[in-house]
This record gives sequence, structure tokens and C-alpha cells, in this order.
Amino acid sequence: MGRRVVLGLLGLGGLGIVFGSKIQDGMERVLGPLELRDPTGLLGLLPIGDTFRFYSVTRSVPIRDPADYRLQVSGLVAKPATYTFADLQAMPQTEVVRDFQCVTGWRVPQVHWRGVRLSDLLDRAGPTSTATALRLTSFDGTYTESLTLDQARLPDVLVALEMLGGPVSHNHGGPVRLYVAPMYGYKSLKWLSGIELTPEVVPGFWEHRGYSINGWVGASNGRDDEPTH
Amino acid sequence: MSPPTERGRELLRFGRPVRWVHGTFAALLTICIATAAILYNGSIAVLVGDRYIVEQIHVWSGFALPVPLLLGLFSRDYRNDLGRLNRFARHDWQWLRSRDRRDGHLPVGKFNAGQKLNAALSAGAVGVLLASGTIMYFTHLARLSWRSGATFVHDWVALALGLLVVGHVMYALRDPDSLRSMRTGRVPLRWARREHDEWATELAGAPEDQVDASR
Repeated sequence: MGRRVVLGLLGLGGLGIVFGSKIQDGMERVLGPLELRDPTGLLGLLPIGDTFRFYSVTRSVPIRDPADYRLQVSGLVAKPATYTFADLQAMPQTEVVRDFQCVTGWRVPQVHWRGVRLSDLLDRAGPTSTATALRLTSFDGTYTESLTLDQARLPDVLVALEMLGGPVSHNHGGPVRLYVAPMYGYKSLKWLSGIELTPEVVPGFWEHRGYSINGWVGASNGRDDEPTH
Repeated sequence: MSPPTERGRELLRFGRPVRWVHGTFAALLTICIATAAILYNGSIAVLVGDRYIVEQIHVWSGFALPVPLLLGLFSRDYRNDLGRLNRFARHDWQWLRSRDRRDGHLPVGKFNAGQKLNAALSAGAVGVLLASGTIMYFTHLARLSWRSGATFVHDWVALALGLLVVGHVMYALRDPDSLRSMRTGRVPLRWARREHDEWATELAGAPEDQVDASR
């Protein structure tokens, strides 16, 4: 009898693997919106999906508030600069409402983002003719990412000061993080503190661990997700 | 009440190999659960960080889970216990349905029906977690929709197994004799008479007062 219970569970598990993504989609449609607005946060303890899962790649990340935040732009540029949070706030702000797709499969639909276009910062810095890529660094001391200069100039790539209708929280990578709308979430570096222009692409933290350097949603990492919209 | 002559007598409930399998498996599963909590809960994840290392620890202690179970098969005691856990008798179903299951009116062998059910559900859940975890970790093994399905299965089955483990530990903490037997292997005969009368009779014979009464 015990053996039958074990085999039964294995059978159910197999069915779950084959049909689970359909069940998950259904649950996400019903419970996902509830979870994002759940004031108790209890729904967040259940594996429902359609919500953010928080990743950090290093030991306890220091907490920076807007007052002591600095963003350094350096490397192959005509005018290196350091921006405070207030400097960034004073620049033209762009709003984007787009899905956030993680390479591990979860997707949060229609996230509201607000911040400075990365291309605006690049225009101010003036990349030299030898610069072809950006190396992005995080004040967590470990997380790094890369973008080509062309990718960084896309209109839906933001240095985000707000998400989900408020300041970017610490767990989401605040006070300032990157949002690369057409790419998988790992390209949207959290706790952004440095932008360095480089002569060639320097692979980032996750790219050293097998993820695609050009992380287009639906066209990289062996995945066929629908592009974010 | 058992007669005074049985006071202080002990029975061997779990030999060294069985205890070793239990201890190793429990340690591995504890690592899996702790790292799962870190990977899964956002607040803990950001507090602990080191996502890549935590993931590696989780994955490899997960893959190691079946090792003690398989090594145990070399031990006859262990195989014997597996056989007992596998066998459900009619009184086991009655035991599961009964409200006063612990008052001694139903015969209970070395394992009660709840323990048998726990063993079967745990083994099944661990098998499902291994299969779904393998599909999640080695991404080239299956197509995307199966991998999403595997994540779905892994999440919910892990949650269920976690609750099962919490229940298992709570029952153990409530019964000091039982808890001690997982460490020393021995239980008081009086405890065995109360909780597992059929097994106690099998090892130590019928209680003396009953023998007397039948004469």
C-alpha cells in the first residue's frame, strides 16, 4: 500500500510537470492581481506566481537612501560625472508600463516604471569613438551587468527612480536601479551605482554563469517567451 | 499499568544503520528546507544574498537525498522496516478513521498507520521534488512549458512536504521516548506496550498480567 501511495504521487507529479504551466497560468490570472495588492503580504508566501521574487547575489546589501545615493558615469567618456538622487530627479522623466520577465519563468504583467532614459545620461557624458559597451555596477559590490552602446540607447531602457507607483524599494534594488524593458530581468541591474563606458562588452555576473549576454526576452537563454509588451 | 517486573526493561527499536539513514536524511532535508526558504522568500533572500552559492547548496543536497535511503538497503533491519511501513492492514484504515485511536483498542505494530502514511507521502514527495528539480536545474532536458510545470510542481510539493516535516517533528517533540529512540535506538518496554502493543508482544511476549489472566 505504501508503495502505491509513492507511485501515485510520482504519477501526479508527472502530470503536474506536463500540465502545470496551464494550471499556473489560470491561478496567476485570478490570484496574481490580488497578491500584488495584498496588504498583509500573506499571499506572497504561497507559490502563486505573477509576482516578483527577490534575488540578491551577494551578502547583505547596504541600504542607501536617496540622500547618500551617488551614480558615477566614467570610463571612455568626454565628461565623467557623479549624479546625486536629486540630480537624476531634476532630469526629464520617462514613464514606461511593461511586463517584467524573469529568465527563471515568472513574469509580472504591466509594471509601472519611471526614471531617466539611459540614453539621456549617455548624451550628457559623450562616449568617445572607442566606446562600444557599458559596464554597469551595483553598490552591493558583486552584481555587474553589461549592455552594448546600441542596446543602452534604446528608448525603453531606464535608470529607474520609481516602480509600481512609488520609490524603488530596497528589495527591488532601490533607490535607483536599471530597467531594460526588452530583456530578461537579470539585465535590469539592481542597486545601480556605476556606469562605465568600455571598449568592448565585459560579461556580467550572471553571464559568467551561463546566461546570454544579449538577454532579449524570447530570443535568448533557450527560451521562447513572448516579448514583453 | 504494566507489571513492576517490566519496569526499566528496554527494547531495541532502531539499529545503528536505520538511525544513520534517518540522521543523514534529516540533515540533508534540513539543509534543503533552509536553503529553499532563502531562495524562495524575498526578504530572507535579500538579507542573506549569495544567491548562486545558496542555489548550489540546495541543488546538490537535494540530489544527495536518495543516497542514504539507497545505502540503507544494505541493512536487513532497514529493509525489514521498509516492509513493515509498506504493509497496510485492515486495522490501519480503522486507526486512521478512528477518533480514539490511541486508547489501545486497535492493534498497532512497529509503526502506526500515521507513521506509515507519513513515510509513503514523504518518499513520494521527495521523488517528485527530485524529478521536477532535475528538470528545473538541467534546462536542456525538457521544453519550456514542462520546465514551468516542473517549477509549479516543485513549489507546491515542497510546501506540502515542509508541512509534513513540521507535523512529524511536532509529534516527535511531544513524545520524549520516541525522540530518544531516534538517538539511542532503544525504547522502554512500557512505552512499546502503550504505543505499539503488537510489536512489543512480538519482541517481549505478552504482558505478564495477561498471561496470568489466561491461565
